[in-house]
Amino acid sequence: MNARRAVRGLSTHAVVWLIAAFVAGPLIYAVISGFKSTSELTTNPFGLPAHWKTGNYTGILGDGMFWRQIANSAGIAIGTTLCTVAASAMAAYALARYAFRGRELFYTLFTIGLMFPFAVAVLPLFLLLRTFDLLDNPLGVILPQAAFGLPMTIIILRGFFRTIPAEVEEAAVMDGCGKFRFFWKILLPMARPALGTVSVLAIVASWNNFFLPLLVFNDPKWQTIPVGVQQFQGQYSTDYALVLAYIVLAMVPALAFYAVAERQLIGGLTAGATKG
Amino acid sequence: MPSSVATPTKGPVKGPAEERTENVVPVRPPATARSLLRGLASWASVAWFLVPALVLFLVFVLAPIAVAVRTGFFKWGGIGPMDDFVGFENYTKLFADQVFLGDMGRGLYLIVLSITVQLPFALFTAVLLNQKLRGRAVYRMLFFAPYILSGVVTAVLFTMIFLPGDGVADHLVGALGLEGLQGKWLAEPSTVMPTLFLVMTWKYFGFHMMLFLAGLQGIPREILDAASIDGAGAWQRFRYVTLPLLGPTIRISVFLSVIGAIQLFDLVWVMTAGGPNHSSETMALSMFQFGFKRYQVGYASAISVVLFMISLVFSLFYQRYVLRRDLSGAVTTGGGR
Repeated sequence: MNARRAVRGLSTHAVVWLIAAFVAGPLIYAVISGFKSTSELTTNPFGLPAHWKTGNYTGILGDGMFWRQIANSAGIAIGTTLCTVAASAMAAYALARYAFRGRELFYTLFTIGLMFPFAVAVLPLFLLLRTFDLLDNPLGVILPQAAFGLPMTIIILRGFFRTIPAEVEEAAVMDGCGKFRFFWKILLPMARPALGTVSVLAIVASWNNFFLPLLVFNDPKWQTIPVGVQQFQGQYSTDYALVLAYIVLAMVPALAFYAVAERQLIGGLTAGATKG
Repeated sequence: MPSSVATPTKGPVKGPAEERTENVVPVRPPATARSLLRGLASWASVAWFLVPALVLFLVFVLAPIAVAVRTGFFKWGGIGPMDDFVGFENYTKLFADQVFLGDMGRGLYLIVLSITVQLPFALFTAVLLNQKLRGRAVYRMLFFAPYILSGVVTAVLFTMIFLPGDGVADHLVGALGLEGLQGKWLAEPSTVMPTLFLVMTWKYFGFHMMLFLAGLQGIPREILDAASIDGAGAWQRFRYVTLPLLGPTIRISVFLSVIGAIQLFDLVWVMTAGGPNHSSETMALSMFQFGFKRYQVGYASAISVVLFMISLVFSLFYQRYVLRRDLSGAVTTGGGR
């Protein structure tokens, strides 16, 4: 019995290891290859580099364009998050805590947004942004991203706001607190965990968006990281090691963010998926 | 006109049971003119809270759909006046286009593979990691990591891996004695879709695994123990207890896989641009090609509308008939109940 259990434990480990190799393999390959020269990539595809060449990485880190793209992505992510969380929190407050005519209709309207893949709207969105003169303007990316983030954010926040007892608001009103002050001074601080979750989701979605920045930004000075990665690959398509180094560096902020915000990210995604 | 006034939440209300018990602020019924005014004022302040989200949503989510519907009826290059009204011509052309029909077929192919291969694989991994296993927290974190990478980074990474001749995939199959696979991957019409699916699995299975893990943790230990006592083996416990109880999670997973396949763009555009010879093109890619590369904006808008209709019909159908049991306040039941 013990031997059988040991064998089963061992084979479970073997299977998990195999899956881990499948997932981690490409990532490790990219990191190591970034330390090679492109010619060594062909002669020595699997092994460690004969000479650890740091030039690929340091060259990119010394290039202002890379940092520019990081800054653009970060700025757009922060802008998107502020817009979508602020607008959603206000709407979710009204939809969660006030009974008014048409409330469910409004809520349903927002949840319908969940069913639209972003790709559906991107072409007409481009036409609209062109008429509003928002091309080559960060707002042209921030506002649509914020709008597409609303449904999920409203659903999560409304669920959370509903769990806060009505007595809290009644007591605040009794003490002469208005709706806006209650919302700002009491509800939002109480909802910090939920706000953290939806912010993390908004940041990741914005950071990874490619379609919209690709269309909106013609001017390279606005390029975000995903667009920059694609451009870089086009530009240095034969210098494989350099391209791999670039994507490794492009991954670092996302993976670092994941390491810090893992709990909120996974909690939010699973909650959002099951509630949505 | 009490219709525009906040409705009372205490007392006899016709709303659903849920609404009566939730934590809404009680507003007294407007009996006098003064309280009627107060009610209106309260509605106005509620409206203020709704306006920013509503405006954003109308302008950037709903308006584009209206624009696409309108543009889809015109033959238009994207610049200048849109005055060549062609009715349904774009649509008849679209459904006669072998490439677009192929796009739909390829979407279906990815959906079928996602449901029959990727989801079972994710479920299998979730069950493995739901046991006591040394380092399982690390494994979970690792398996989920590809999901948070951007599609472009993933696509460039695998473009490098699958480079014909120089890529590590070719070296790997060469070392394994499978030279027949060399130089194919993304470069051959016959292998490009399976390769693409492999990359999708790499990127997305961890997300579905996380959903399943959350579902598995919601299954009470006692039920499984009771099944054990009744003599159910490991497979029977999985088949007759775990799997049915995971039903809601599986249905959500399928839904997200389908929506994901419908809008698939980043990965394909960067890895293959739809090639070789349209053999990996998706509907979103077709729309992009016509709209932004060939300047047939009317035609591309028609593709957007078709994409939209497919998503809409699928979502409504799925929510109505498949998710009905799982969701409270879902789109199709939210207003009517």
